[in-house]
Order: sequence, then C-alpha cells, then structure tokens
Amino acid sequence: MLDAKIPAGPLDDKWTEYKGHCKLVNPANKRKIEIIIVGTGLAGASAAASLGEMGYKVKAFCFQDSPRRAHSIAAQGGINAAKNYQNDGDSVFRLFYDTIKGGDYRSREGNVHRLAEVSANIIDQCVAQGVPFAREYGGLLSNRSFGGTQVQRTFYAAGQTGQQLLIGAYQALERQIALGNVKMYNRHEMLEVVKIEGKTQGIIARDLITGKLERHFGNAVLLCTGGYGNVFYLSTNAMGSNVTAAWKAHKAGAYFGNPCYTQIHPTCIPVSGDHQSKLTLMSESLRNDGRIWVPKQKGDTRKPNEIPEEERDYYLERRYPAFGNLVPRDVASRAAKERCDEGYGVGSSKQAVYLDFAAAIIRYGKIEAGKHGSENPSAEEVRHHGVDVVKEKYGNLFDMYEKITGEDPYEIPMRIYPAVHYTMGGLWVDYELMTNVKGLYCLGEANFSDHGANRLGASALMQGLADGYFVIPYTVGNYLADEIYSKPVATDHPAFADAEKAVSDRINKLMGIQGKTSVETFHKRLGKIMWEKCGMARNAKGLQEAITEIQELKKAFWSDVRIPGGTDEFNPELDKAGRVADFIELGELMCIDALQRNESCGGHFREEYQTPEGEALRDDANYMYVSAWEYRNEHEWELHKEPLVYDVIKPTARNYK
Amino acid sequence: MEHYTMNLTLKVWRQKNQNDKGRFETYKVSDISSEMSFLEMFDVLNERLIHEGADPIAFDHDCREGICGMCSMYIDGKPHGPWQQNTTCQLHMRAFKDGDTITVEPWRAKAFPVIKDLVTDRTAFDRIIQAGGFISVNTGNAVDANSLPIDKHKADEAFAAAACIGCGACVAACKNSSALLFVGAKISHLALLPQGEPERKTRVMDMITQMDKEGFGACTSTGACEATCPKGISITNIARLNKEYLMAGLTADQ
Repeated sequence: MLDAKIPAGPLDDKWTEYKGHCKLVNPANKRKIEIIIVGTGLAGASAAASLGEMGYKVKAFCFQDSPRRAHSIAAQGGINAAKNYQNDGDSVFRLFYDTIKGGDYRSREGNVHRLAEVSANIIDQCVAQGVPFAREYGGLLSNRSFGGTQVQRTFYAAGQTGQQLLIGAYQALERQIALGNVKMYNRHEMLEVVKIEGKTQGIIARDLITGKLERHFGNAVLLCTGGYGNVFYLSTNAMGSNVTAAWKAHKAGAYFGNPCYTQIHPTCIPVSGDHQSKLTLMSESLRNDGRIWVPKQKGDTRKPNEIPEEERDYYLERRYPAFGNLVPRDVASRAAKERCDEGYGVGSSKQAVYLDFAAAIIRYGKIEAGKHGSENPSAEEVRHHGVDVVKEKYGNLFDMYEKITGEDPYEIPMRIYPAVHYTMGGLWVDYELMTNVKGLYCLGEANFSDHGANRLGASALMQGLADGYFVIPYTVGNYLADEIYSKPVATDHPAFADAEKAVSDRINKLMGIQGKTSVETFHKRLGKIMWEKCGMARNAKGLQEAITEIQELKKAFWSDVRIPGGTDEFNPELDKAGRVADFIELGELMCIDALQRNESCGGHFREEYQTPEGEALRDDANYMYVSAWEYRNEHEWELHKEPLVYDVIKPTARNYK
Repeated sequence: MEHYTMNLTLKVWRQKNQNDKGRFETYKVSDISSEMSFLEMFDVLNERLIHEGADPIAFDHDCREGICGMCSMYIDGKPHGPWQQNTTCQLHMRAFKDGDTITVEPWRAKAFPVIKDLVTDRTAFDRIIQAGGFISVNTGNAVDANSLPIDKHKADEAFAAAACIGCGACVAACKNSSALLFVGAKISHLALLPQGEPERKTRVMDMITQMDKEGFGACTSTGACEATCPKGISITNIARLNKEYLMAGLTADQ
C-alpha cells in the first residue's frame, strides 16, 4: 500500500504541524551531508540555492551550458499567489479550491493546500531578490487574471515571468556557487541512480563535452528535471527537455504517477509543415483580452477581417458564458479541436482558430483617448492608443508571433491551435516529495503531485518555486537527520562500479547498432503515434494500437538507429539517442495508463466517456486514485493505487458554464 | 504571406574541438521552405549528413523561442543574423532568397573558446554573475512584497535591463570582445532597485574585476553590442555601469 504520509489533523494545520515536528539537522552536521540536485530550472535552482544557504554540501547538474538556460525560462504569463492584493475575495482557500477543481479532483488536498499556503512567500522572496514584477503607478505590484479563476492573483513580468523568476533563482544559485556551498556541473547528464541496500547514495553522470562517466556520492538525490512533453516530438518544450533522469529513477524502482495526464495548451502557433521542430506557445494571458472565434460557416475561405461580426462564432463565450475565453486549458483545447474537427477551422491547414485583439484594441483605445481628454476620438486615434496599450501588455508575444508566421497580429487575428505543453504526471512522491525509493526526491514538473489531471495557468512556476524554496528545505531534513549516522560511501563501492558499467554498456550498445535511420526520424514516428492516439482525445482501440506500434518502434530503434561520432567526445546525437530511447519506453507506459483509466478527467479525455454536451465524464466511484506504476520488466508494469480522499472539498462535475 | 522554396550554399565553420585549427566547409541545401526557421534548415542539413555517414554540425540551441539564450550563430558577419532584435532560433528562412550563400561561424571571443563547430563555452558569464550579480537574501528572509513600493518607471527600466538572455551576442559583435553590455545590464537591473542598494558598490567593483580576469576586451563605445542585442538592451546600461563604477571607486571605504 502506498503511503503518501499526509500529516494528520485539520487541513489548515497540516503543514504548520509538520514543520513544527519534523526532524532537524544541526549546522555542524549539515556541513557533512551531501545533496545532489539534477536540473536547475525553478525547482532545482531554488532548491540548490536554499539548501546551500542552509549549509548542506550541494552538487547541482544541468545538461545545458548554464543553469540559466533551463526551460522554466520560457514560461510567459505569470505566477499565482494568494495575496489578495486586489481585494477581490482571494484567499489561501480559494487558491486551494481553484487548483483542486482545475485539476478535476485528481490531486491531493494536503499537497495543494500547502502549495496555496506558501504561494504568498514566493512572491515576497522573489521581490526581495530583485525580480522586477509589473507594478502600478503607485509602486505596488500589479496582477492579472488567468484561466479557471475569477480573481486576479497572477503576478507577472510582461510575457517573460518565467525568465525573471529563473534569473532570480539562478542568481541565488550562483551566489552559493561563489560561496563554495554548491558545486555546479554544466553540460552534464544524469544517467543512473546508485542505490545501496534500497537507499539512494548517488548518481552516474556523463560529461557531455568529454563523454566521460562520473560517479557522484550523495546522501540524497533531488530530481528537478522537468516534464516529458517531448515524448510527442512536437511540443512547447525546449529541444533538450527530456525524461531520462526520471526514467532511470523509474527503472531503478521509483513509481511513475499518472503518466497519461498531459496538458495540451490551447493557444500555440499552428504547425506550418513537416520541417517543424517545435511549437511555440502564445501565453494564456492573451485570453484576458483576446477573443477566440471561428467562422459560423464551414470551410469559409474569406480573410478574417472580411468576416462580419454576426458571422463569427465566439464558441467559448457561447458555450461557457461564466468563464468565457478564460476557461481552463483542457476545456479550451478540446473546444478548439471540436470546431476544427467539425470543419470550421481556419488557415491553410484548417487546423487553427482565431485569437482576435480587435475588440480589446478599441476598448483600451477609448479609455486611453478619454484619459487624453479626447471627447470624440476618431477611429484612428482610438486604434493608435489601443495598439499602444496592447503592445505594453503583450508586445514580446506579438513580436514572436510575427517573427514565426510573418503576419502582423495587430492587423490580422492570430491563428492558434492546441499543442502539448506540460505534463501533470511524473514520478510519484509522498507529502515530503520523496519517491518510494529512500533518499530519492522529485520536485517541480518532474513529479506528479499538485495539479491532478489538469494544471491551471500560472501554477507551474508557483509549484516549482514552492517545492524548491519552501517545501524541500524542511522535508529533506526530516530524512537527512538520520543520515548523519551513516558514513559517506566511497565511489569505488561495487554499487557505483555496477551502475557505471550499466551506463557504459547501454551507450556501447547504442553506438554499436550502426543502422540506417536517424534518431530524429524515430522521435518523429513516436511523436506521431502519441499525438494521434494518446493526444487530445483517446479511445481504447487507438491506445491498444499505439501500444503495439510503440513496441515495434522500440525494436526498430534498437536494431536500426544510426548514431554518428564517438562516445568520448561532444556528441549531441548520442545524447539525443539515449533520450529518445527513454521516450519510447515512456510512451508505452503512457498509453497503458490512458487505457487503464476508463474515465475522462482534465487533460485525459477518453472519447467513450463524455457527457451529451461533450464534456469530460469522470468516474469517481472507480477512478478516484493516483495510478502509480512500478517497472517490472520490458513491457511489464504493475499498477499501485493511491486512493484520493477528499475531507474538505466535495468533488462535483466541473462546471465553467 | 507568400511561401517559397530556395536552394542555398552554406559556408560553415567546422572545428573538431578546442585544439583543432578549424576551417570552413561548403554545403549545398535544396528545397528549403521560407517558413522554416534557420535552425530547422540546419536540422535538414544534419539529417542529410547523418544519412551520408558524415559528422553532423554541432550547434547550441534549446528553447527555440528566443528566450533561453543558448543559440549562438554568427551569420553573414552578424551575431544571430540579419534581423533586428532577434535570436538565431527565431530567424526564419524568408530572410533569404534562392541562390544565396550564407556564412555561419561560432561566436568569436577569447573568453568564449570553441568546444566544437559552432558551440562555444560561455561559462565566463556565469562566473561574472558569481562575482556579484545577485542580491544577498537567503530564502525565508523576505518581508511582504508590497511593503516596498517601487517607482513604476524604475521597475520598468530594471525589467528592460533584466530581459538580457545572456547569449553573448554583444561580445561576439564587439571588435574588442567587450562584455560591458552584459555586465551593464545586470548592474542596471540591480542598481535601479532599492533591494540592490546594500551591495551596490561591491557588486560593480567585483563584477568588473571578474570580467577583466576572464579576458573580455575594453569598451570603445561603437554601439555594435546594442545594435545586435536580440532583446534590445540599451547602451545606456553601459553609461550607468560607468557611473556606478566611478561612484563606487570615489566613495569606497578602503
């Protein structure tokens, strides 16, 4: 039986009680304890900085050339916090409630409440570090709305919030590196977890410049390695984002939680051709002001600006009057797919809908003209002012759109379509963020914990920083307090030698195949299977087919992949091959998980289970649990169930109408 | 937007490792769509090289949406290529026409040694940040975020400086390989905010010392850095850095 170790007592007091009673490590002992952190995005950098500050000996690893490159940097819209600075009725409970509901009642009350509790501290910490959040003229912080909520609790820095938060955490990390508390390993990839008698004692990492394998001891290992959206080949993730570290941990015994829960983001720039290597997000914050529509007439070939108002279908406003364009992501994505599947899509591929700012430009323009004392402003004057306001709010996003598509979104509505963006699933962790393997932790997007079956916008940054700044500094101590009695393991221990040999054998096997097909080709094939059969809509037949196809793909990969170059040199193709090999195995598990879950919830939409209106139909009686998969053998996993218990919130059908 | 395809000649810098002398090699690519990004064109070429049994061209890239700062190609004599305020990954092939010859090199600077082909080592930037590019506030020390109102104009200006992506194009564009725009942006970001006040003097002194140690050159105010910066970081940040440096020097306690 899986024990999530949720503290007893009333929901409001759980975290306070935990903090009051968890074990501590005294400063002299902290100096003797080594912690390995893999990944330096928001979760990893904030954890490394905080634990370094506390006096632990930290080693941090990232595959990029600098910790500042981690893909948290690309997060655009903002970060949620229950500050209630807008006096609009927000509270810790509201944020907790919205997150549980947004996740379609598939997350833990205890974890989510803690997340809401520490959310306010994150904003304080970031401001103290010099993160330049947007401000009002009075000098106080500004907020905006995001999907799935009715309050304004999102803090932001133009469309570059992730960048600013990551730079804050990165600077805190660099300070600890300078102080000697953290040792940084850039261009390194973790390729194995080292366990001795069931306890995590270190990792095997590969220096990506020299190709050398290295052994690193750690009393605890924290995986902060992000999500696995690139299993779909095309996603909004960075090219290097991968599941490898988490997957090695999984194969070393860590359970994988809810792998099928993937978030398809509704507003991305559509695919333009077969050459496409990645997809680019247009922030959800655009839905504050942009209106989403398609023509009322099927196959309408007119230009968007030629289609009169009454011939446009603002389908989100029509279907969900209460939340309108700000429904949660899963709902908005499915609605776009529905319109396109029905033949109302726009653009050359017909796989796109419009995101239109014309109304916002006029609305803001009139207000601004009024401020300038203009009683009867001309249409041009209104437009001029309106464009200025929209530019200040979303300028960088509009520029990015124009660079990619060659179209000016101030003139022509954006064309958007859903794309893979985030993975709610990840390594199973308990309340302390420890996996079921002792001493092995998982933070941020890489774990499965807080977002249930669907994540709300601006909550990923919140969770990454909550885990790194405010949760792990307490919970890891509760484990390490007992580690002070064990001596550090020398890296010539047979467990390290065996782990290193396993890694080197795997690399030699890959290099020895010398087939005909590139890594990229296999990755694209995997992505196509996943997107078509385990994407926005899934059904039993498709998933069964996908499982067979992926198994065949795996065979083909291991007999026909071609990797150029050598092992002892800078060889990005070899790095990629290892990652794609892991994605193939993960893809199979995702389909198995999606097939097992005979219900629709959040981002997991099974076509067999929907209401007559096409909304997701949950089955709380049979599926109110976390699926935690244990790796047994090739193509063989065992399902463990962690029941979800709701003491405070009563699960109901999610309604945004 | 009209789409078209094109055939191109690429002259690409190939260098096996830091010790190799390096040379240009010429490649022909055909049927390149104007809708592709510049890096997708390189993907096509690399796929072909792998298929032919040749060594693909190594280049740095990650987010491919212009924010991580990893991509770094020197294209036809300009860091990040011909478009203004743009990164290599966001450069699209419609910037070129059929028959063009495009020359691609790595960032060239003593402080950024080549690792392989177009990949360079930019960890010197990390070490400059380590020298002082931060505000010393441990986790848990913070007061309520709104207890310290900050003039919106200053906050906006700090944000504009903090938008630097640390790609190093400024260094690559400068004839002296000066890192002053990068350092100036960080100094400005933190000097404009009240939170940065306590370490204001030591920060600028320490960061400049580290910058010199890394082997970056001197600034002669040509403005090439500003002109090439993908994020439009203003050269006024260098002026602010100079002022901060002077003030710190004049009023130093030692």
